[in-house]
Amino acid sequence: MNRRPFLKLVSALTLAGTLTATAASADTIRIGAVAPKTGGLAGGATVTQWPSIYLWVDQVNAAGGLTVDGEQMMIELIEYDDQTNPGETIKAVQRLATQDEAHFIIAPYGTGLNLAAAPLFDRYGYPQIAVSAITDQQPELSDKFPNMFFTLGTTTALAADLVGVLTDMREAGDLGNRVAMVNVADAFGIELATAAKPLFLEAGFELVYETSYPLGTQDLSPVIKGAAAAEPDAFVAWSYPPDTFGLTEQAMIEDIDVQAFYTAVATPFPSYGGRFGAAADGVLGAGGVNPDSPAFQEYAKAHMELTGAAPDYWASATTYASLEILAQSIEAVGLDREAVSDHLRETTFETVLGPIAFDENNSNPAFWTVGQWQDGVFVGVASRGRDGTAPVILKDGWK
Amino acid sequence: MDILITGILLGGTYALIAIGLNLQYGVARIMNLANGEILVAGGYLAFIAYVSLQLSPLLTIFLVAPLAFALNWLIYRVMLQPLVNRAKTRGQLETDSILATFGMSFIGVGLMLGFFGGDYFSYSFMAVPLQLLGSTYGANRVIAFCMAVLICGALYLWLNRSRAGLSIRAIATAPASARLVGIDVKRLSALAFALGGAVTAVGGALISTYLTLDASTGVVFTLKALIIVIMGGVGDVRGTIVAALLLGIVETAVASLLDPGLTLAAAYILFLGILLFRPQGLFGKTTT
Repeated sequence: MNRRPFLKLVSALTLAGTLTATAASADTIRIGAVAPKTGGLAGGATVTQWPSIYLWVDQVNAAGGLTVDGEQMMIELIEYDDQTNPGETIKAVQRLATQDEAHFIIAPYGTGLNLAAAPLFDRYGYPQIAVSAITDQQPELSDKFPNMFFTLGTTTALAADLVGVLTDMREAGDLGNRVAMVNVADAFGIELATAAKPLFLEAGFELVYETSYPLGTQDLSPVIKGAAAAEPDAFVAWSYPPDTFGLTEQAMIEDIDVQAFYTAVATPFPSYGGRFGAAADGVLGAGGVNPDSPAFQEYAKAHMELTGAAPDYWASATTYASLEILAQSIEAVGLDREAVSDHLRETTFETVLGPIAFDENNSNPAFWTVGQWQDGVFVGVASRGRDGTAPVILKDGWK
Repeated sequence: MDILITGILLGGTYALIAIGLNLQYGVARIMNLANGEILVAGGYLAFIAYVSLQLSPLLTIFLVAPLAFALNWLIYRVMLQPLVNRAKTRGQLETDSILATFGMSFIGVGLMLGFFGGDYFSYSFMAVPLQLLGSTYGANRVIAFCMAVLICGALYLWLNRSRAGLSIRAIATAPASARLVGIDVKRLSALAFALGGAVTAVGGALISTYLTLDASTGVVFTLKALIIVIMGGVGDVRGTIVAALLLGIVETAVASLLDPGLTLAAAYILFLGILLFRPQGLFGKTTT
């Protein structure tokens, strides 16, 4: 007899629990996010991926949420750290799909981690709008995973446009023929060096120094000294963040005399400009934006206000654009993931970067490829179909 | 010549990374896998002091050292002393301390992420060329090397000339017998552990002037330190210095003469060779 009150209490609690659970799931859109907070890519993801996600969620919720079938729904963000470990990325995506029952999942960070997660996005039917996944395999991948989309461009475009920029400089009589090219011995660096080499040779450049170095090399002075000894006119490094900083500092110390100096990932990071100041002037790098566009300026300002840090001059805005695209699709067709994927394929979206429409390979054909530090700002100097390309300047010493 | 100097400078960096771990492992018998996190924390402090207060890292180290000393002393007393007390054999203490400090390294990464965020922290300090015998070197590396020489020299003198140093060497050689001749093993072990932590943190502050670090890079330095300490022989300052220099010179020679891609391979071949022919390390004593 004396068990009854307890049973009542339990059933009342269960009922209340179920009610709040249903209420919550009716009102909020659960968005999953998985990206590195620790491990090798954490530094990059902290600059590029996470702040844009937080900014987007904050802005959408401040505006009262997304309109789904005439109803305002707030976003509930569920985030996981994958420790830059593909196994963890896969586990987190699985957990988001099955345990957390996320309505949508934001694509992971980095080429390798995006590829690792693609089969799971595909199996559970989630659209995957990949940003920091640069590869030439986009047609094959979108064929295999029809709901995988690409926004940041291809390896070949990145390499080809750099070769194009250097060729233009040579044609204008500003640059000689000798190129020193180095790369980090990692998937990204190897793929880009392999793509760039024939392009350089085809364009009539002479590769006077070529080498690779392991990820995490603590002293890059032998690389820069080796390159300097070959007396190049242009120095190109397909590099990752720690070595992008290391190579630039060594180049400053060696006072390497080149008319064009290029480092890849992390060159567009605000901390790069902050660290090297005036010496960064004229340094070319992967990516770019149009820093004069009002949409970018507004985004950069909001980014600064919410996170206390400036966005980078490349993938940050693209990450934000990918979320804008997702939001516009959800508002257009609702929470049905298959319908959202179909909508993604067919529509032109208005984003911070300008209009984006995916082509037959699910790829965004309009993206930035080469940028350059000019007077403390990293401006885009080459792009595929983007407005606001700035003219290239010569690298004039390291002072 | 150029290769030799570059190699020696890199060796100085490696000595800074490894010498603290040598003290911790050799004397306090703690294989501290959170060593790299202490190093990164030292680098963080230098970064923050430089960016917000324009304080030179060469001054910051005087703040970093006592802070790291106190923190490590606390860690030893609170967390590791119980392990030492209950360990019946050296092997058991090693296993326990590896597990405990492995966990600690995760806590360290988590705390730093929480406090500072995961962004790269890099700043430019003395990144100016310095002419030495006709070649140019980064002034920040040269300064770090000089500091490494000072720190290692001071440690060596202290260990070999002072009474406390004598006691510490006694503990490193025979911890059980040291107690019999009236050495306060507990106190000196804590001291050695704390001192090791302080040296590591100072090394981190110096290294941050030319390497780009972030909250999760600690493990890279732990691994390097481990290799150097084992190559040099546990519990001997000279061994660590020689091993660090050797590694620096070999890596630079391979990078300059053969290919920068082979530096890792060269480092591990050297490591393997030493383990094969002198398993106790260059200056290590054969354990009985």
